[in-house]
Amino acid sequence: MVATVSRTEARRRVWTAAAAVTDPELPMLTLADLGILREVDLAQDGTAQVWITPTYSGCPALAEMRVDVDTAVRAAGFEHVRVRTTLSPPWTTDWITEEGRRKLTENGISPPGGAPQRPAGPVPLTLLPTRTVPRCPLCESAETEELSRFGATSCKSLHRCRSCLEPFEHVKEI
Amino acid sequence: MSGDNIFTGLTEEHDSDSRWAFGTGFTEALAGVDTTLPAGVDGQDLALYCQMLGDDALVQAQRLAHWVTDAPELEEEVALANIALDLLGQARLLLARAGQADGTGRDEDAFAYHRDPEEFRNVHLTEAPRGDFARCVATLLVLSSWRLALFTRLADSKDPVLSAIAAKGVNELAYHREYAVSWALRLGDGTEHSHERMARAVADVWPMTGELFATHPVESALAEQGAAVDPATVREEVHQVLSQVLTAATLAVPETFPPAEIAGREGRHTDELAPLLEELQRVAREHPEATW
Repeated sequence: MVATVSRTEARRRVWTAAAAVTDPELPMLTLADLGILREVDLAQDGTAQVWITPTYSGCPALAEMRVDVDTAVRAAGFEHVRVRTTLSPPWTTDWITEEGRRKLTENGISPPGGAPQRPAGPVPLTLLPTRTVPRCPLCESAETEELSRFGATSCKSLHRCRSCLEPFEHVKEI
Repeated sequence: MSGDNIFTGLTEEHDSDSRWAFGTGFTEALAGVDTTLPAGVDGQDLALYCQMLGDDALVQAQRLAHWVTDAPELEEEVALANIALDLLGQARLLLARAGQADGTGRDEDAFAYHRDPEEFRNVHLTEAPRGDFARCVATLLVLSSWRLALFTRLADSKDPVLSAIAAKGVNELAYHREYAVSWALRLGDGTEHSHERMARAVADVWPMTGELFATHPVESALAEQGAAVDPATVREEVHQVLSQVLTAATLAVPETFPPAEIAGREGRHTDELAPLLEELQRVAREHPEATW
């Protein structure tokens, strides 16, 4: 396969296959939407290489995503696949694409605001709640309250809309 | 997953093992990361240092897991489990790094499950008894403030793996500290009863804080090589953070951290660690052939 198409074309196929894999915990998002697919490459021996980065250090979905990427790239015609991890630069929610944010909202999950800025030096201490208050993804009301900073998965917090009274999840800014 | 019932997806026939990530060899924490040692950094020292930071996280994660099914409210259980999961993730990366740096190629499981208590390098505060929820908040407040200060600096480590682990950890630890701060304020500046419990928790935890800033020779050697952070250098910053929080929580602020020698960093532990590890290691030791 690699011999019959140009390297650029082959790379594009690897990227397309890996990019379409979905996150097991946010199944409406692909790895490309999430921004955790960092790079693809073809080694000299034709092995397809894919670099992904974890969202949280302890994200249990990473191992599953690695297997899914391996399966998807094989299915795209590459016999040898190597899925590699890259840790730097660390992923932040700013890597989630516009498309990804749209899909989250459509699925009733409030997308993250801007990731907290980390200027050099100590992380400033906050004694008051300073996080942005997310809008309700269902009725767009700004009148919402946080129920819990930690949700069913590491990446989400729990909120409730005071206007439509529906609870909803929010992807935390990190 | 197909079907209306979540269990049907598990029993369907699959032509690949993609549903099961565990046991497929895809679980190594540092798979595919460039792990070359930077020039001028001693591999044995780096491995020990990674064990210190990794063991702090692993042991604290195990302690926090004791709140699962036993927290005051479901939200707090979920929060503490998530914090434990972040720490476990940091431990996996650090212990995997240790096995590469010392040249033995041991994996994270070898470190977590097949070392005895005296080989663990965590500080005593991480292994201390769980106590009540106020005690959990006080412990988390101290440990997250301290680890955040260390990791902020460690992000500039000469070792690219350690630097990447730290840079990632900073974002997580900032959330952990925020959680502990919010509860310290609520309990300290709450009712007379909650204030009294929170004050007692801080008083119980404080004698163990001195050890956090005692420097092990490996830490100072690596700090000189630009790979590690000497914990003595974050002493002032951490005290300032804790003072601000405790003051706002209407709690007394102890003037200084008590003087202390290194202990856990050298493998000298309290009687609390052995039973904690017994529980953590039991399945792996009873079934050495098991994979997950």
